[in-house]
Amino acid sequence: MTLKLGVPSKGRLMDKTFDWFAGHGVNIRRTGSEREYSGAVEGIAGVELVLLSAGEIPRELAAGRIHLGVTGSDLVQERIADWETRVVALEPMGFGYADLVIAVPRCWADVDTLDDLDAAAAAFRAAHGHRLRIATKYHRLVRDFLREAGVADYQLVDSQGATEGTVKNLTAEAIADITSTGETLRANHLKILSDGLIHRSQATLFKARAANWDGAAHDSFRALAARLGLDA
Amino acid sequence: MASKAEILAQAERLHAFFRNAGADPVQAAILQPADTLLDLYGEDIRARAYVTADAARGEQMLRPDFTVPVVQMHMQAGGDPARYTYCGEVFRRQERDPNRPNEYIQVGYELFGGENPAEADAEVFALFSEVLSPLGLRAATGDIGLLLAAIGGLSTTPKRKAALRRHVWRPRRFRALLDRFGGRAPVPEARKRLLAEIEAKGVAAILDAAGPEIGLRSRADVAARLETLVQDAAEPPISPAEVELLDDMLSIRETCPNALAHLRDIAVDLPAIAPALDLLEARLEALEGQGIDVDLLDFEASYGRTTMEYYDGFVFGFYAETRPDLPPVASGGRYDALTRILGQGRAVPAVGGVIRPELVLALTREGGQ
Repeated sequence: MTLKLGVPSKGRLMDKTFDWFAGHGVNIRRTGSEREYSGAVEGIAGVELVLLSAGEIPRELAAGRIHLGVTGSDLVQERIADWETRVVALEPMGFGYADLVIAVPRCWADVDTLDDLDAAAAAFRAAHGHRLRIATKYHRLVRDFLREAGVADYQLVDSQGATEGTVKNLTAEAIADITSTGETLRANHLKILSDGLIHRSQATLFKARAANWDGAAHDSFRALAARLGLDA
Repeated sequence: MASKAEILAQAERLHAFFRNAGADPVQAAILQPADTLLDLYGEDIRARAYVTADAARGEQMLRPDFTVPVVQMHMQAGGDPARYTYCGEVFRRQERDPNRPNEYIQVGYELFGGENPAEADAEVFALFSEVLSPLGLRAATGDIGLLLAAIGGLSTTPKRKAALRRHVWRPRRFRALLDRFGGRAPVPEARKRLLAEIEAKGVAAILDAAGPEIGLRSRADVAARLETLVQDAAEPPISPAEVELLDDMLSIRETCPNALAHLRDIAVDLPAIAPALDLLEARLEALEGQGIDVDLLDFEASYGRTTMEYYDGFVFGFYAETRPDLPPVASGGRYDALTRILGQGRAVPAVGGVIRPELVLALTREGGQ
């Protein structure tokens, strides 16, 4: 069958993805009108370009509805349970860098490490009657990280945007969010814990294990991989 | 693979056994309010339980076990003593291994109240032992209360003891804390700098320089912990001898009488565990009274530390030694502290356990072949 390559459908992530493929000798482009979500891959037979929201690419990869997909490694690890058994990270692409970190108010002079966070959470719960709230949209990654570190007495509260503002707005005491330069965190009077790096994310080319890898799809993949300089 | 009808028939047999032992059958709703479970177990429960929601009641969980609803029911209207049995599905998320069931039947027996905790522990264990006896399982026992007593007996500050007690159920964190309080792990550089700064400038100056106060965790909260850090830094480390006693205790894996003798030796230097040992001894006598051969029964001092964190006394589990791939066929323990939390101040001694009938069925068939 046709090899389906899922790429982000808009914005900088799309542009950089197209640039990355072009830099590796594969021209991919959108076709049709400016608003139409369709695309083409030049020079390699049997490859179909599928334009998708970057956030949906993990789900499509996990289900095997696309063979290859470009998205942030944070999204794959957050949204696909046991992701290593479902997808293969073929190649980090060197853009879309973002660190998922735990940040707390800078005024917490006593908190520098996860160890401190745990102790502060215990005291906070005793004093305020509820668990210390951490706002995030990366529930799985944050929970796994804190469980591994043995942090207790916290709870996650969902925040799908403007997460840095939740502490000031009193809907959370700390946050776990992505940052590239730390500028927004500083502007909101937050600091990153010294051992609070949960995941270093970048745009990555993934391969779906569950896709239909018949002869034709495999041949197209080999041709594409050779052009991209990947181990097929 | 047994059919659900066969598993239910097996469950009904176990349920009848507990009813015949004098337990009242009780039911629990499948959907449980999520906030109670989250408050008890924290975020870890989300990794184990299915969470769902509606607009009227908010977040709810498919019951991950029966203990919490049965305790709540008892605390509202229970007699003393009270014996309950239940039978029904529980739901556990499986994100790693799709071969493990995410829905299975539990049959349980819980005993609330009574005069004598040792007798109550023995009664519950003996019932499980009896109903499982045809399967030739290995039983493991432990006692979280003993660990809590040992922590209470360390020559250190109440704050350090509280920190250790809080992490009894997280062995890695517990180890890290013990290493730090015992002076075996170095003080982190950032902490050293902070302490030096407090000494040079004082807490108020540090807080003034730290940034604007935002969020619910107040300046007073931060100041209080800074004071705690200063006090803690002035404390001598827990002595190597005491850390060694604790390590020695945690590594005990022997038959019950040998473990008791070993623990009595430890109690010479750590007398705080003596009452817990008296309870252990009384439990062993009560078990013998119930016809259990305690000379063959295993005691593991660290047993139960990685299971649900509500057990705070006697803990037990039954395992198929020929099938190390299977989870325990039955498990249980004492959870007095949970009744205090859910009883809003009122506490009742409570001990109980659950059996997984589909495992009983699988092992029965294996044995028959």
